[in-house]
Amino acid sequence: MASVLTVNALNTRFSTPEGAVSAVNDVTFSVDARESVGVVGESGSGKSQVFMSALGLLAKNGQAHGSVQYAGDEMLGMPETQLNRIRGVHIGMIFQDPMTSLNPYLRVVRQMTEVLVEHKGSTEQDARAKSLQALESVGIPDPAKRLDQYPYELSGGMRQRVMIAMALLCEPQLLIADEPTTALDVTVQAQILELLADLKRHHDMAIVLITHDLGVVAGLCDRVLVMYAGRIVEQGTVRDVFYDPRHPYTLGLLESMPRVDAAGDEALATIQGQPPNLQRLPRGCAFSERCPLAWERCDEAPPPLRELASGRYSACYRDAPR
Amino acid sequence: MLAYALRRLLVAVPTLFIIVTIAFFMIRIAPGGPFDRERAIPPEIEKNILAAYDLDLPLWQQYLKYVGGVLQGDFGPSYKYRDFTVLDLIASGLPASLQLGGIAIVLAVLFGITAGTFAALSQNSRYDYLIMAGAMTGIAIPNFVMAPLLTLVFGVYLSLLPVAGWGDGALANKILPVIALALPQIAYIARLTRGSMIETLSQNYVRTARAKGLRERIVIVRHALRGALLPVVSYLGPATAQIITGSVVIETIFDFPGIGRHFVQGALNRDYTVVMGVMIFYATLIILFNLLVDLAYALLDPKVKYEQR
Repeated sequence: MASVLTVNALNTRFSTPEGAVSAVNDVTFSVDARESVGVVGESGSGKSQVFMSALGLLAKNGQAHGSVQYAGDEMLGMPETQLNRIRGVHIGMIFQDPMTSLNPYLRVVRQMTEVLVEHKGSTEQDARAKSLQALESVGIPDPAKRLDQYPYELSGGMRQRVMIAMALLCEPQLLIADEPTTALDVTVQAQILELLADLKRHHDMAIVLITHDLGVVAGLCDRVLVMYAGRIVEQGTVRDVFYDPRHPYTLGLLESMPRVDAAGDEALATIQGQPPNLQRLPRGCAFSERCPLAWERCDEAPPPLRELASGRYSACYRDAPR
Repeated sequence: MLAYALRRLLVAVPTLFIIVTIAFFMIRIAPGGPFDRERAIPPEIEKNILAAYDLDLPLWQQYLKYVGGVLQGDFGPSYKYRDFTVLDLIASGLPASLQLGGIAIVLAVLFGITAGTFAALSQNSRYDYLIMAGAMTGIAIPNFVMAPLLTLVFGVYLSLLPVAGWGDGALANKILPVIALALPQIAYIARLTRGSMIETLSQNYVRTARAKGLRERIVIVRHALRGALLPVVSYLGPATAQIITGSVVIETIFDFPGIGRHFVQGALNRDYTVVMGVMIFYATLIILFNLLVDLAYALLDPKVKYEQR
């Protein structure tokens, strides 16, 4: 299958007064057309920054090296006009916090139509009709009224629906959803996830779902990438990774999920310790300090991401011949 | 919005009343009076003069008479320029002052916002540092130092512009006073805009605009500028007050026939009515401008609404 997004040896650094922060370290993966990929990891694991790097949305002090290709075109260092075309038309992105991701000073309609006017050369009138349709298709009640409202007049769930409708206006090949439900109420989370599942069924596009919620990935994704300290540590189909985790970190994550069938007095399992400081990453495996299975070799060099079976990767020496 | 504006105007009445009261008693605390001369006047004549202007009445009666007059739109005669009422003097100074202050504030807004935005967009570059260093200097140098310096350089050494005077309203005569008056405001607005622009550029909604593939110009002008300008709009109220107090100094230095110069002359001559009249005029102007600023705020920020629901 053709891949829509190919990331190769991506490294992203932020320069700060305290020194360089390595947010993304040597990340390689690809997303195929029409598949949905979950990217999981805790805060600071670099999961969002991979895609910010790809779309040229890094903060000013960030710098990405390596290669990110959309349909074969290199996106890093691409001229602004060409990049705008890709991120406006071919890749849609929705963000974590719908409260702050819409412009508070502009009406919903303006924020939607400008996309069509810019990229499709639509007239304001056509763009408005299209925007209305888009709001309808994401299940916003009373869309004609919402169109002329300001973001502050909408609830969090509705704003996220507006974000999704906006990202889909130009029918992108790839939708990147960066923690789309984190900032929402639990019931609204379920509705938005339902909407995303619906989009996946009815649209001809690939979805990347960035989340720290393994449950969300299980429900929505075909494949999953697990990230830790800016590296991919495990990769595979959702089924493989969930039932047969090969990296100790993935195992720890799965074990620390609360279970409905657990006895009430059983303490929630946790992974001991803290993620490493990204300014001073250890020479070896970034997880070794917290890893119950670590041995000397783990502190020598970071374990490479090795292919265990077709499409199944893990970055741990445990599987390596001793 | 109209109801809100009217309410605000009503609230301004007690404010003005307090200003009138404080001004009335403060100017009278200052030693000397409008008709004190180095050479003593015969007591009979002095008595007659004081009686003519009601200055022989007890202070509280003078106060009530004055407030009564003001309520009827009568600000009294000037004690110094006998043929003029206070309103005549204000009207005669208005064109010069209005031009001076008006142009200064327009320049302050235009150049301040442009320089600030430019500095923010090239943050931490040498242009940014240059603009900010200039702005810091502009804020740090008081106008009574800046004005003579400008006169010295452009008026005396280079002989490019008139040193002072109104010159029958010639443009060349306005350039230096306007610059001296506007510079600190340009500098302050530039700093304000830069800071607020940098903050706005890091907002999530600006990132969204970029993610939508909009051109940089649209991202800045349509998405970032409006949010970034809100603090600048708020500052326009205090800026007016600063322009007014600045104009008092600048008009005196450049011998500019505006209201500010009447104010200073009035204060030196103990011309009570002129000082009070100009004070009330300035206060009204500042109150009105602050109201305008608040109304403009509602136009920029949809969350701010003055109608009661």
